[in-house]
Amino acid sequence: MYLQMAWRNIWRNPRRTAVILTAVVIGVWSMIFLGGVMAGMYDAMIENQLSTLTGHLQIHHPGYRNDPVVEHSLDDLTAVKKALSDVLPPGAVWTDRVRVSAIAQNARHSAGVTLVGVRPEKEAAVSFIGHAVTEGRFLKKDQDAYGIVIGRALADDFSTGLGKKIILMSQGMDGEIQSRAFRVVGIFQAQMAATEKAYVFVTLPAAQDMLKMGDSISEVAVLLPARNETEQVVSALKERLPRDHYEVTGFRELMPLITAQIELWDTFMILWYVVIFVAMGFGITNTILMAVMERIREFGLIKSLGMRPRQIVVLVVLEGLFLLALGIVIGNLAGYASIWALAQKGIDLSVFAAGAERFSIPRIIYPTIHMSDVVQANLVVLVLGILVSLYPAVRAARITPVEALAQT
Amino acid sequence: MRIDLKMAWRNIWRNRRRSILTILAIAFACLLLVFMLSFQFGSYADMIRFSLRIHTGHLQIKAEGYQKDKNIRKVVSDPGAVAEILRAQPRVSDFTFRSNAFSLLSSKNRTYGVMISGIDPVREARVTTIKNVIRRGKYLTAGDNNQTIIGKLLAENLKAGVGDELVLLGQARDGSVAASMLTVTGIFSSGEADMDRSLAFITLDTFNRLFFMRGAVHEVVALCQTLNDVKPAQAAVQRAVDGIDSRYPLRVWNWEELIPGLLQGIKIDFFSGIIFYLIMVIVVAFSILNTFLMAVFERTREFGVMLALGVTHGRLTRLLLLESTFLCIVGMAVGITAGALVTLYFQQRGIHISGAADILKSYGLPEVLRPRLSWVTLISGPAVVFVVTFLTALYPALRARLLKPAEAMHAV
Repeated sequence: MYLQMAWRNIWRNPRRTAVILTAVVIGVWSMIFLGGVMAGMYDAMIENQLSTLTGHLQIHHPGYRNDPVVEHSLDDLTAVKKALSDVLPPGAVWTDRVRVSAIAQNARHSAGVTLVGVRPEKEAAVSFIGHAVTEGRFLKKDQDAYGIVIGRALADDFSTGLGKKIILMSQGMDGEIQSRAFRVVGIFQAQMAATEKAYVFVTLPAAQDMLKMGDSISEVAVLLPARNETEQVVSALKERLPRDHYEVTGFRELMPLITAQIELWDTFMILWYVVIFVAMGFGITNTILMAVMERIREFGLIKSLGMRPRQIVVLVVLEGLFLLALGIVIGNLAGYASIWALAQKGIDLSVFAAGAERFSIPRIIYPTIHMSDVVQANLVVLVLGILVSLYPAVRAARITPVEALAQT
Repeated sequence: MRIDLKMAWRNIWRNRRRSILTILAIAFACLLLVFMLSFQFGSYADMIRFSLRIHTGHLQIKAEGYQKDKNIRKVVSDPGAVAEILRAQPRVSDFTFRSNAFSLLSSKNRTYGVMISGIDPVREARVTTIKNVIRRGKYLTAGDNNQTIIGKLLAENLKAGVGDELVLLGQARDGSVAASMLTVTGIFSSGEADMDRSLAFITLDTFNRLFFMRGAVHEVVALCQTLNDVKPAQAAVQRAVDGIDSRYPLRVWNWEELIPGLLQGIKIDFFSGIIFYLIMVIVVAFSILNTFLMAVFERTREFGVMLALGVTHGRLTRLLLLESTFLCIVGMAVGITAGALVTLYFQQRGIHISGAADILKSYGLPEVLRPRLSWVTLISGPAVVFVVTFLTALYPALRARLLKPAEAMHAV
């Protein structure tokens, strides 16, 4: 009966209900929609970083992450292979690589780069590089002892191209500076110009040979079928691989800056939810208050008919709840619809590419829906909404029959 | 008119609770806008100053093409002539010279490729903040020979500390080998990871000698009086340097061209902020629309009487708009005052976001953020709120024009 009464009460003044409903709908829509844009941005940032050689987790020599040099290599992979085959869920892929800093040079130019020695066939499954080559071709197994793949931005800086020579210099296992000339076989493009400038790819045997490191490698990168399995796999691997010889690190730790950035923005989003809610809250309280104050006689009457104050509170709060629920439903639908519409093409930030890169934002954002964000936004509205309708409800419950009769 | 004002003022206090809630909604929007805009503009100013003062400066004069490929042969061959021009330019407050060369730097058992930058220690300290970010050891002094200061991350990579010797190996301007032993006198930490990882400073004299520069430099870095002086100064200096006869024509770059990401990043942040604020203002507008609507609809009878007494429709509309304007002005006054107080408080105290220091640094921001109150940030947000509120109030006020006295008096 409460439900029916409350529902009918809010439609006694359709215009007023429609107005406050609009406020709630816009508020909820903006929460869902902007939350979706942010979620799309995080996803792209994380995915971009994961595919840029990070993977979901990595295994290193314990000293490597602080000091990524050849001395901190893993020379025997038997234990790692055993652990991986025990632990990895079906569908997971992994690869091993050499990754050290080096100097790239040609006749005119030189720059600091990261030299990555990869197994072409395995690397392609794990990171972006397998499908990022836009000119020439990617490295081939057993064939490219002197082939190198470089980024578009680096190629432009060096005014070089396919078939041209590039010399790499880096410190070898013996402590001496080793250098070797490579020929550009492919040029890749990446989301960020910084990636294109940072990495040069050669085959693993070529890197090992150049740096005199035998069969050693710098890191093992693993890509799991789903991101959320990471923690579990990391702890399983940690159990199997002795801590003093191996360091297993999940992606969150591998990219601390992005993780921290997302946390910071998440905090801002929650603040934003609250701000929008407060903006709606004044209207909700005011509307319900008006609805209560013009019904003083009515409340006096039902009270003298024996309705308890608590029941009146429930009735009024229910009216507020109906308003909110209706607003939330429409707002959510509108939110999903606009996210879906924008997700088709994505939000293109190319005009601001250099600026986006500064904040490590991807160039194109595809808004997406994260259920946890949606639940969070809706809960904020619902819980705070009940709180603000309590004030008019209590006010209504306090009305005495005498006071009501005095009212015209 | 006076009586209208009085009536409007009294009318809004006839329903005290409703008016206060409406005023609070408006005040809340104003407060938030004042604070957030001050905060945004404050951090932009910090971001620009921090990023420019650490290394880039406001203007740089380089040989055509040097900006792109950093080719050691593309030099400013007569820095004295450029100095003359800059000294004569009132908008330019100071300047310094730099030369750069990509070289190998080795410690006992590590080698890294770095940018070796030759600086004039005295002038550099006036133009950039490098002297203030020395974390260990000391800054270069004018007479230093074969001394170097290196970035913190580079020092970690090289496993080198103050007093250690490093071997420099590079290519001089004429193609010959530039090699020398350098002693680390200081280690700096600028917060910009790129710079701390790949930059080593030596004195310009040492650089000249090692890289055989014959008095030429690669860039002249200038600082203007204010940011607004940058564009005019750039044009003026460009005109003047065009007159210098040099093998490579000289080009003047401003900071927006030197660090394109900075201004664009600010634009992204600014525009996304605007979207958020607009949504908030619209929500507030609908939130208070009900107050205005009710103020009209529950008084139909009263308006009927007024119309019957000879009040014109125009005057009635004006009265209603006056009421909403009063509400709005009171709300704005409260909001602006509260906003200014909150902003000034945080401007004094600064805002610490715990655990965010690294990200802020990567944005080029200091650890403590300070909002900065200005007339623009104080007025522009509330002005938008005022306009939107007025538009919101227009609909109910115009509705009142449709009332007919006889019918209206019958309404309950």
